[in-house]
Amino acid sequence: MRSHPREMGRTVTDTPSATDLATQELTINMGPQHPSTHGVLRLILTVDGELITKAIPDIGFLHRGIEKICETWTFRQIPVMADRADYLSAFTTEFGLMIAAEELWEIEVPERAEYARVILAELNRLASHFMFYASFGLDVGFTTPTMFGWRTRESIQDLFEEVTGARLLHNYLAVGGLRLDLPPDFKDAVAGLLPEIEKSIDQCNGLITDSEIFQARTKGVNRLSVEEAARLGLTGPMLRATGIARDLRRLLSYSIYDRFDFDIPVGENGDLFDRYKVRMLEMEQSVRIVRQALKGMPDEGPFQGKVPRILRLPEGDAYSRTESPRGDLCIYLVGSGATKAYRVKIRSPAFVAASALEALLPGAYLADAVLIIGSTDVVMGEVDR
Amino acid sequence: MTLLDVVIAIVKVLVLLILAPLIALVFTYAERKLLGRIQQRMGPWHVGPMGLFQAPADAIKLLMKESLTPEKAERWIYLIAPFLVFGPTIAVLTGIPFTRELVAANLDLGLLYVLALPAVVIIGFVMAGWGSGNKYALIGTARMVAQAISYELPLLVSVLGVALLANSLDLTVIVEAQASTVWYVVVQPTAFAIFIMAGLAETSRTPFDIAIAESEVMGGPLIEYSGIRWAMFFLAEYVNVFILAALSTVIFLGGWAGPFLPPILWFALKTGFVVTFILWLRATLPRLRIDQLMALCWKVLLPLSLLNLVVVSVQAVYGWLPMIALVPLSVVLAFWFYRRAWTRLVMRPRPSAPRDLPTPATAG
Repeated sequence: MRSHPREMGRTVTDTPSATDLATQELTINMGPQHPSTHGVLRLILTVDGELITKAIPDIGFLHRGIEKICETWTFRQIPVMADRADYLSAFTTEFGLMIAAEELWEIEVPERAEYARVILAELNRLASHFMFYASFGLDVGFTTPTMFGWRTRESIQDLFEEVTGARLLHNYLAVGGLRLDLPPDFKDAVAGLLPEIEKSIDQCNGLITDSEIFQARTKGVNRLSVEEAARLGLTGPMLRATGIARDLRRLLSYSIYDRFDFDIPVGENGDLFDRYKVRMLEMEQSVRIVRQALKGMPDEGPFQGKVPRILRLPEGDAYSRTESPRGDLCIYLVGSGATKAYRVKIRSPAFVAASALEALLPGAYLADAVLIIGSTDVVMGEVDR
Repeated sequence: MTLLDVVIAIVKVLVLLILAPLIALVFTYAERKLLGRIQQRMGPWHVGPMGLFQAPADAIKLLMKESLTPEKAERWIYLIAPFLVFGPTIAVLTGIPFTRELVAANLDLGLLYVLALPAVVIIGFVMAGWGSGNKYALIGTARMVAQAISYELPLLVSVLGVALLANSLDLTVIVEAQASTVWYVVVQPTAFAIFIMAGLAETSRTPFDIAIAESEVMGGPLIEYSGIRWAMFFLAEYVNVFILAALSTVIFLGGWAGPFLPPILWFALKTGFVVTFILWLRATLPRLRIDQLMALCWKVLLPLSLLNLVVVSVQAVYGWLPMIALVPLSVVLAFWFYRRAWTRLVMRPRPSAPRDLPTPATAG
């Protein structure tokens, strides 16, 4: 992008306040009860007028000790807590936990269950990205995207409810497959939902992606280079927006992701618009994956592999890396021969994104801060765990 | 002035005082219903037939709520502010001619009066923002003051052209001049567009609702207010929307003039049309940033309105004939300038500051 000649060689943003006038800095406390902090993130911002000079993210308001609880409960009880970590895409965390567990036990997962897992995880990615769209629209200043995003997310959650009995926190995946069999009309229900999702993505794009004011607000704002993103430890859409096609589904091909044909959308500048756009494009790819999975999924077959009746975690450890809607979600599982896990560690992408705010926010306007927080797509449940 | 005149004047003002809450009630209902439809939901539905009583129910709820004063507030400033916002807004209402007879105060300088008085409202907002003792309120107020004072200029300059055309600042004369020639929106489309945009900024409506942006400063100056004091701000906001619509009707859309229907109905129709447009914007446009808003005002709208004034001056000197060529030309020119200025000045990408990054951890 071409910058204005007057600004060449200037390092500070184009507000005069930073250099021309000595003004008093104001420390404002943003959150945990601020509508745009996506839950209970607290930011201690130092602002010079509208310009942020310093930002300190303060987390922990939603800390429930999930990792510790996982050590005190038997393994069969753990998925309940895994759901509650990233409550916007519960299947992803369950998926990661099960992959780690199956690596530890060396259990084969039946074909049908693998496909079901992928379909559910991708649908959950869609639901999560719709939620991102909804909240990002609200951050940028109007309520219509909220309704648009939520509507389709509701449809997806209705499907989840049909399958698992719960809308948000499913507790549906189990070691070696699924906890219960899929409902008989599962394939038809998913296939029926896909056109609605596609139509909705189109509508969502039409509403704000092409809007000039939206582009004026997001294009070129808070640009991030590949190096910066890598040094901040950002993953997922935040990293892909900078132009790197790094997706664990492709990189590691965990589960059965090597069987599907999908693209990895990338951005160019890593600015707010790219971060938004990458997620919108990812949604289309998720639909593609679900469609292929529906085609490949066997109609008959077991939904669970051979699992011992009493689950004692063997001695040793396992590490799973999965692509959550927010980036690399890694789960480290250590067993010591007991029914309880010795240690469960969740490497949460949202936690890294929240900590990156300290570097991302300074230099931005207060109005953009809201968008930057929104663009990291943090889920505080996963950050605080 | 006889006693009767005084009584009539008092009655007129009283009617307006009743009219103001009514306008707000109707508008909130219309806004919520329209917003709901655009967002593919029902809008108010449960209270009364088709949710019609939702707005009165909300009003009653607000009146019964406790009106809190924060401990850190500058008590009197905080308490007086809503009146200073509400009062001038009602006062503006007196200057608007609904029809030729239906005007509370028919002033010779009506145009000046209705456009100058809203500036007083800003003082009320400053008091609210300062008095609240809240940093978000302070930031919101700073935004509002900057925005409102800047947008006064294009607002006034865009209307100057109309004053030149009608040769008067009297609103009734302006309407009558339009009735005898054409609506000024036809000969002054640029001014009309500028007027609506600047008016939206003045009243802090989407896409210029920067000062009260819920997602950023959580209501700005209004953040600490509750109960009836908040209701007064709320009333003022909707009356302001009505005033903007009514003024654009009177100044550009021929006021009450129109065939067949009674004048008051024409006025209501045109105002309703503009109000619907304003409400519609809220459902479809994101919010600008403060620096973009200021750039839009000083670098785009103000030069445009001055250009428009030049065009009108030509008409004032040489008569209507050159206008036939000039108006389309000026519109094309204005549009071209607007598009260029938008991409060059408003959408200008900002270089980001160098970041303090954590040093990569070394394995140890």
